[in-house]
Formats: sequence, structure tokens, C-alpha cells
Amino acid sequence: MKDLRLERDVRTETNKIEARGVQVYYGTNHALKDVDVDILDKTVTAFIGPSGCGKSTFLRCLNRMNDTVASAKVQGKITLEGEDIYDPRVDPVQLRAKIGMVFQKPNPFPKSIYDNVAYGPKIHGLTRNKAELDEVVESCLRKAALWNEVKDRLTAPGTGLSGGQQQRLCIARAIATSPEVLLMDEPCSALDPIATAQVEELIDELRSQFSVVIVTHSMQQAARVSQKTAFFHLGHLVEYGETGTIFTNPKDPRTESYITGRIG
Amino acid sequence: MTTLDMTGENAGTGRSKSLFTADKRTAARNAAERRFRAYGVVAITLAILALVWLLISIFSTGLPAFKQTFIDIPVTLDAAVLDKAGHGNPDEMASVSTIGYGKLIAKALSAEIAARGIDTGKMKPRDVAEMISEESAATLRNMVLANPKLLGSTIQFPALANGRIDGYFKGRVTMATAALDKNTSPEKLALADRLVAAGMMQTRLNLGFLTMPDASDQRPEAAGLGVAILGSLYMMFIVLVLALPIGVAASVYLEEFAPKNRWTDLIEVNISNLAAVPSIVYGILGLAIFINFGGLPRSTAIVGGLVLALMTLPRIIIPTRAALKAVPPSIRDAALGVGASRLQTVMHHVLPLAMPGVLTGTIIGLAQALGETAPLLLIGMVAFVRDFPKAPPMGLLDPASALPVQIFNWTQRGDPGFVERASGAIIVLLVFLIVMNTAAIILRRKYERRW
Repeated sequence: MKDLRLERDVRTETNKIEARGVQVYYGTNHALKDVDVDILDKTVTAFIGPSGCGKSTFLRCLNRMNDTVASAKVQGKITLEGEDIYDPRVDPVQLRAKIGMVFQKPNPFPKSIYDNVAYGPKIHGLTRNKAELDEVVESCLRKAALWNEVKDRLTAPGTGLSGGQQQRLCIARAIATSPEVLLMDEPCSALDPIATAQVEELIDELRSQFSVVIVTHSMQQAARVSQKTAFFHLGHLVEYGETGTIFTNPKDPRTESYITGRIG
Repeated sequence: MTTLDMTGENAGTGRSKSLFTADKRTAARNAAERRFRAYGVVAITLAILALVWLLISIFSTGLPAFKQTFIDIPVTLDAAVLDKAGHGNPDEMASVSTIGYGKLIAKALSAEIAARGIDTGKMKPRDVAEMISEESAATLRNMVLANPKLLGSTIQFPALANGRIDGYFKGRVTMATAALDKNTSPEKLALADRLVAAGMMQTRLNLGFLTMPDASDQRPEAAGLGVAILGSLYMMFIVLVLALPIGVAASVYLEEFAPKNRWTDLIEVNISNLAAVPSIVYGILGLAIFINFGGLPRSTAIVGGLVLALMTLPRIIIPTRAALKAVPPSIRDAALGVGASRLQTVMHHVLPLAMPGVLTGTIIGLAQALGETAPLLLIGMVAFVRDFPKAPPMGLLDPASALPVQIFNWTQRGDPGFVERASGAIIVLLVFLIVMNTAAIILRRKYERRW
């Protein structure tokens, strides 16, 4: 298997995704107003903000999952390495193979652990034979820190795992298609503190290979795992910058109010 | 003032001081609950009693249809009588009609009775011969024509007994009713008793009920369900082949791909309405479209199958859509999230998860179609069909009958022997339905998954 990350020269601080003037409407509801964000490569970017502020909406714009919502309308420009992902020539299916996603609730397929991870490579034809597929499954499960727990029961159903294991399985499934960006929509909200710690540790490791965007309700989590933080409020991107700066020296009073617990 | 008093009083006296004594309101609520439970128990009991009654009456009337009285006669197949040309050629032998075979059997019966020394009383040989079903001659003739080598040999032929004699052993006919019946007489019944005692006559299991074709009004003893079962199977096959793929495809399109707008709303409402349309309306539709317009032959399995498929479609679409809806959206998100296309998402994940619901809906739809009578009456399937339809696919264009129509048909006939036949056919139909519903339950249990 061609390992993309080996061929890519390790650049840091380059823009992976650029969003300019993104507006999202759900019917008549203007959910996201004029958002400009640059998401860096090999960086964990956290989106924080109170419920309904548009952070999940923006995340779903990045891999065009909003296409599945009939009433959603996206305006503005989002580019992945300079290519407009809303260009009519773009096939969202291909895009989603490059931008993986992990959801709030662990949602493994009701199939075996092996099949869960192998599904992405299979449908995208990333492997030539069973041996290569086995290799991909193993490496992804290792990267997701799940291999040691499940290596003896790869044929057991993925839904039989514990919540934290299921979420790590979903992460393994998402990275199995060798994405360039990994979107995580509150990946720990359904997990207990121990599982959360495991997943956070994992996110930190994944940073070396992917650009990770994580939506979270927990400011501590954002502070722990991310290098860059964006604060959303009522559909606006209020502030975006280094995580340290956002939490210690926010420029906008709304950000300060939120991180000190006065709004949200 | 008064209202204030009342509330004050209620509040004061209504609440019991101790937890051990129920206050008035609690007692009333508990009584209401007990009453409601009692109504429920009564309703369930009535329903069970009605069901038990129904089953008892069907089984007590219908089970005898699976048994039949036979007279075992050693018949010598005289080549000089049955094959006058002497070539052993079935085409030439066909010139001997059932009358010829009837005489042969009658003679053989008289000879056997005489040989065993059974007293026939004042009965003439012709009266004795009337104890044999007229169908026996035809059965023997078909046997010989199918296998000309039997000529010249003596075979032990189990001849069907006449319907009245058969009814005597099943309790339908008594000496008293026989005295008033010009089709039989107490003497015949008495002789039948003696034949049974001699071991010549026996009431035994008759699988012919399931394999033989229908018989004419005067021969209930020979009537069977063969053509009806075959016709029903052909039609179920057509329904399955047409309604399942079309129904599933329509449901998947409506549920997963179609835009949600006024048109799809309209379609949805109309599918629900179609499921409630009386089945006879589908019969008229089939008559107009498939027979009058399409020019397909009447009373054939293909037309019946098409009509039933139309009728079954909404009954498959509705549960299939419900099953698709029940698949959690998180599974769709997961598949789309790893870059599966819409169709891959449906085919790899959503449809397999919905399969138990789809299969259950399909089997229940098929079971309903199997029991449907009214539309088949309108497309001419109520006709008297004695010839088995050929093997598919051409056999689908042959006239056939169907189980419920056969039941309907038999209940309309004069001879009391058909009451038993109709009930027996109902048992067969019920067995088919129970088997199908059991299959639905087993499939559902087997493929049910949790997520």
C-alpha cells in the first residue's frame, strides 16, 4: 500500500483548509454567518462554543455532510489544498475519503470489527488483496490504540465493544481510508473519563499524520488536545487563534465570558 | 364560598392519615384500574374462545377429507376387452372408454364378493357396482393407458368408494338418511359394513386429496386440491418475483433518494390508500388491463399473479419503508463519512439492516395474497379446472385454480361431501399460512440485529 504520509514532506504551519465567507442556511435559519478560518496541516484545531453556535454545522461543511440535509444551503468558499470543495466538479464521495469523520455517538457498523475498518479501503479500492487489507486493518487498529484489545476477536461484532472501544474503532475506520483531514464531532461526549483520556491521547498521536479538527463542549478538552482554537457564538466565528492565547488572553469579551463560564 | 368549602372539605377528608388505609381517590383509581384490567381479560378470553371454536369446527369437519374409503378389488386387466387391436398401443387402447373399465371393475367386485362368500342380500349386481365411485373407472383407465404392460395381469386396485358409502364411515350418512336418499340405500350401507368386516373395504389416509384435480359435482370423493395448490404456488411465485423487487426498489427510492416535496407526499398518501383498496377492485383492474386490454387468457396463473402482485405491492412497500426508517441515521452518517456513495450506503448497510422487516412484510403480504379470493373471481379463476397446468413458464398461461377459490367453489356445490372437502381445503390453506408466518418470525429472529 502506498503510504501517503511517507511521501508527503513534513511541512508544518501550512494551510490545509481555507474557508472564506462561509454562510450556511437551514431553510430560513441563518446558521453560520461569514466564517473565515484557515485550518493548518498536522495540527489539532478545536471548535468550541455554546450549543447551537454553528460549530458542528461548520464541521459538516468541511466534508460536505450537509449535502445530505435537504434544507441546508452553503455559500462561500472552502478549499482543500487550494481546490474548492463545493466546485460542481467535486464528487462529495471522493472528498469524504480525503476528509474522514468521527461522530458524536460511536456508530460502528453492525458488522465485525475487521469489516468495520476494512469497509473504507474496500469501497475505495485501496488494497489489491486480502493480505494488504489485513495489513491496513492492523495498522489502523494500532494507530487507534485498539489493536491489543481486539486482535483476538476481529470477527466479533463491532457493536459488542464498550463505548470507548467503539469510538476508537470508529477512529480506526475513519483513518483507514488514509484521509488528510480528520473531523471529529464531539468524539468524547458519550464516553466516560477513562475512555475520554484514551481518545484524547490518540488525537494527540494522530496529529503527526493528519490535520485534526475537533468540535468539543469541554473547554478543558480543547485546552488539552488542540494547538489552535476557534470560538463560535450564535453563528459567528468570534475568535480564532493559538489555544494558549484564546484561553489565557482572549481578545473578544464574548470569548472571555464563555471560557470563564458566564455565557453558554 | 361554597366552592371554597368543597375544596377545603375534599382536601381535608380525601387524604388518608395513614399509609395503610387507601383514601377515597386512591381507592377509586384502583377500582378503575381493576375494572379496566377485567375488561381486557374478558376481551382476550372471548377472542381465544372464538378462535378455538373456529379451529375446532374447521378441523372436525375438515380432517375427514384427508381420509377416504377404498374398496380393494383384484382386477384382471383382460387384454381382449381393453386392447381389441392387441398391439399394446395406448392410442388404440384409448378407444375403450371409462364405461368399459367401469364394467370391468363392477364384474371384478361381484366376483370377489362371491369368492369371499359375502351375502349381498337382495341387491342386484348393478346396485353393488354403484358402491364404487364413478371416478374409479377413469383412474384405472389412466393407469392402464400410462402403463400398457399391465394388460393381462391382475392388479390389486384400490377403488374409491362412492361418496355416500364414504360418508357412512365418516358419520355423515346414517341408515335413516340413506332410506330417504335415492343415491344410496340402507342395503348398500349394510353391505359396506360386511365388506369392511371382510377386510375388502377400508377407510384410510388419502393423499389424493392434495394431489388430485377437482372432480364434478357428483363425485366429492374424488375431488382434490392438486390444481388449486399448483395454481396458488404459480401465483405466489409470480407475486414474489414481481412485487418483492419492485416494492423494495420503490421503497428504497422513496425513503433514501427521493426529494421530500409535495409529489412524494402525494405518492406516499396514495400508497397508503392503495393498501386499503378493497381487493375486488384490483380484480376489476386486472380484468380491464390484463385480460381486456393486454389480451392475456382468462383464469390463468399469470393474470392471477399479476393482479395479486399489484395488490401486494403497497403491502410490501409500507413495511419496507418503515423498516428503512427504523435504521438509525448514524449508520448512514458512518457510511457516508467514510466516503460510501448513497447507493453503497443503502446496499451495504441500510438495506441489510432493514432486511428482517422487509422479509416479514413480504411474507405477510404473500400470505395475504395467498388467501385472496375476490380478485381471482373476477378474472375467471373460479372456473372448473381439471387439467393440471403445465410446468412454468408456459404453464403460467394455462388455466388454473387457487386454494381460496377452490374453497369458495366447493362451498357452493350441492353434494354434502363437499362440505368436508371445503373444510379440508381450509386446513390446507391455514397450514400454508401458518408455515409462511412462522417463516417470517424465524427470519425476523434470525436476522434481527441490535445497534
